[in-house]
Amino acid sequence: MTTDPALHPGEAPTAFLDVRDLRIHFPTDDGLVKSVDGLSFQLEKGRTLGIVGESGSGKSVTSLGIMGLHTVGQYGRGKARISGEIWLDGKELMTADPDEVRRLRGREMAMIFQDPLSAMHPYFTIGHQITEAYLVHNSGADKKTARKRAVELLDRVGIPQPDRRVDDYPHQFSGGMRQRAMIAMALVNNPELLIADEPTTALDVTVQAQILDLIRDLQKEFGSAVIVITHDLGVVAELADDILVMYGGRCVERGPAEKVFYEPQHPYTWGLLGSMPRIDREQTERLIPVKGSPPSLINVPSGCAFNPRCPYADLPAGGVTRTERPELRRVLGGSPAAAGGGGHWSACHLPQEERTRIWTEEIAPKL
Amino acid sequence: MTIPAQQANDGPEALLTVEGLVKHFPITKGLLRRQVGAVQAVDGLTFDVRNGETLGVVGESGCGKSTMGRLITRLLEPTGGRVTFQGKDISHLGVAGMRPLRRDIQMIFQDPYSSLNPRHTVGTIVGAPFKLQGITPEGGVKKDVQRLLELVGLSPEHYNRYPHEFSGGQRQRIGIARALALNPKLVVADEPVSALDVSIQAQVVNLLDDLQDELGLTYVIIAHDLSVIRHVSDRIAVMYLGKLVELTDRTSLYTKPMHPYTKALLSAVPVPDPKRRTKRERILLKGDVPSPISPPSGCRFHTRCWKATEVCTTQEPPLVALEPGHQVACHHPENAPGGAGQAAVAG
Repeated sequence: MTTDPALHPGEAPTAFLDVRDLRIHFPTDDGLVKSVDGLSFQLEKGRTLGIVGESGSGKSVTSLGIMGLHTVGQYGRGKARISGEIWLDGKELMTADPDEVRRLRGREMAMIFQDPLSAMHPYFTIGHQITEAYLVHNSGADKKTARKRAVELLDRVGIPQPDRRVDDYPHQFSGGMRQRAMIAMALVNNPELLIADEPTTALDVTVQAQILDLIRDLQKEFGSAVIVITHDLGVVAELADDILVMYGGRCVERGPAEKVFYEPQHPYTWGLLGSMPRIDREQTERLIPVKGSPPSLINVPSGCAFNPRCPYADLPAGGVTRTERPELRRVLGGSPAAAGGGGHWSACHLPQEERTRIWTEEIAPKL
Repeated sequence: MTIPAQQANDGPEALLTVEGLVKHFPITKGLLRRQVGAVQAVDGLTFDVRNGETLGVVGESGCGKSTMGRLITRLLEPTGGRVTFQGKDISHLGVAGMRPLRRDIQMIFQDPYSSLNPRHTVGTIVGAPFKLQGITPEGGVKKDVQRLLELVGLSPEHYNRYPHEFSGGQRQRIGIARALALNPKLVVADEPVSALDVSIQAQVVNLLDDLQDELGLTYVIIAHDLSVIRHVSDRIAVMYLGKLVELTDRTSLYTKPMHPYTKALLSAVPVPDPKRRTKRERILLKGDVPSPISPPSGCRFHTRCWKATEVCTTQEPPLVALEPGHQVACHHPENAPGGAGQAAVAG
């Protein structure tokens, strides 16, 4: 099996979350924006998947797609055209009844957004917003129980004096506390899938460390499946078991965190690692940036989206034409699929031996 | 990045000297705009910037690092203290008085979207400094602007384009070209790469590096990203709530930080190395940064410091050199020579 397991359409999956050939396109006046264009991955409970990519690589659009938060339609501004399959715990969400998806959202799957100030309603107290999320999904519960639950969760995420702060408004919280409150809100129904979209980008380093610790502890405690979306390789290294690298709306590399960091198999991943200034070592060498800028999602280069920026695009690629799109292929020789990890995959035309040679001889020594 | 790190303070090589710099923003209330308090954004900074070096300034949001940048470029007037540029006191110069100095002190801004006028062409934007200063460079403004565009890695044909036609990284290059137009001596860059994607960030960091080598620039680079600061700086100043807590060269700061805050800050940065995640010793600070409107008494860090004692709440620790070239403001420094804290000295 050397091609993407994506897919046997319609067949029920074995993984807890199974995304198959997801495509999310937005029609605009300038053309069709292909934000996500054929993305597949699996995620098991108890594991954390880190989705890394630069702005415009489609990582946030993917998360909103899984949550079913895009306005779907064939035409019109802001309407998304979505295809593919999203299986959550054996249920297919794309073809499911919208009411059914609404019942799942907030209960089985929940999301933490980047900017807690704009993700919360400024008019209602923190407590009101958390209890609302609880009451919607627990029709039998009364307000008193809901409030108790809100206080309990605020306490769990580390808000001091939760029984008093539950009546505060979002503006009375600091940035870090607001992010904690949002995590509490997301966890109120014990979701089995938690998606955190840039959960610490708006925070200072010392607060970021607190929140990363909290997310890690909570995952251990609740055993949910977590997707962390970020542009920061440091954050994924801290949290993720598996990493998915996105570029131009597609996955270019996917695998266990250690594989992606220490034996990366895609030139774009090399570019990310080379671009990154390191805090953990003295660097005398210059950074190795990726030339050029990310592609427009309206005119994604035919063939490999990374082709125009790839320093190795001129190397012979085993008889493949430049306009052919590289498919995700399993990296051979590595350990077979670890539990829930699904193995190491990369989408590049270069022969694997050549990539391994470039990484070990040319890139790794300079990092 | 060529100047040796250890040199005597206030030597002849200091390009810019800052003494006791203070900036308080008044908080007013009511019809008569009565002052009811002040945001003590910057509260007594003393340091110098040496010719040809890169001084990195780090701190969390609200620590006053941007205000400091605006004070030394004199976009703001200090409430107290002195800023001396090349021996000249510029703390209270007016607009006209500052004008000739604007050639020597330039700034690069964080947001490449709001710092360029969308209605002006790149030519007008980069050529503006010449117009303002009434200078006609040899060969004409257009030719010089095109030279600058090439210098920062853009194409001379971009002269007639508008900012919206460029990506974030390219816009930042336009901002850099504008800052370099008049051959400045000191360039203050406030978060020059934080709005950019990782791959683009590296391009701009390398560009700043090359320009420094080529033009002999002195940089003050303000950033919250400790990895970027480590990469670009010769010396680094760490700020907390309007104060300098530590100032030293890059190697000592990252290998043996003395101030507990610096130590906590460094340990908090996520390291892009999955194997180290379990092994690391991390100092988790409690709570958030206090408000600069009513900062804590004594050492401003004492409310979050795990080493704080009685003396920290009452006495403000002065910034002193515990080792040559390594200044720290702490009563109980880490990694201190001979284990001697400052408490003994101060008491």
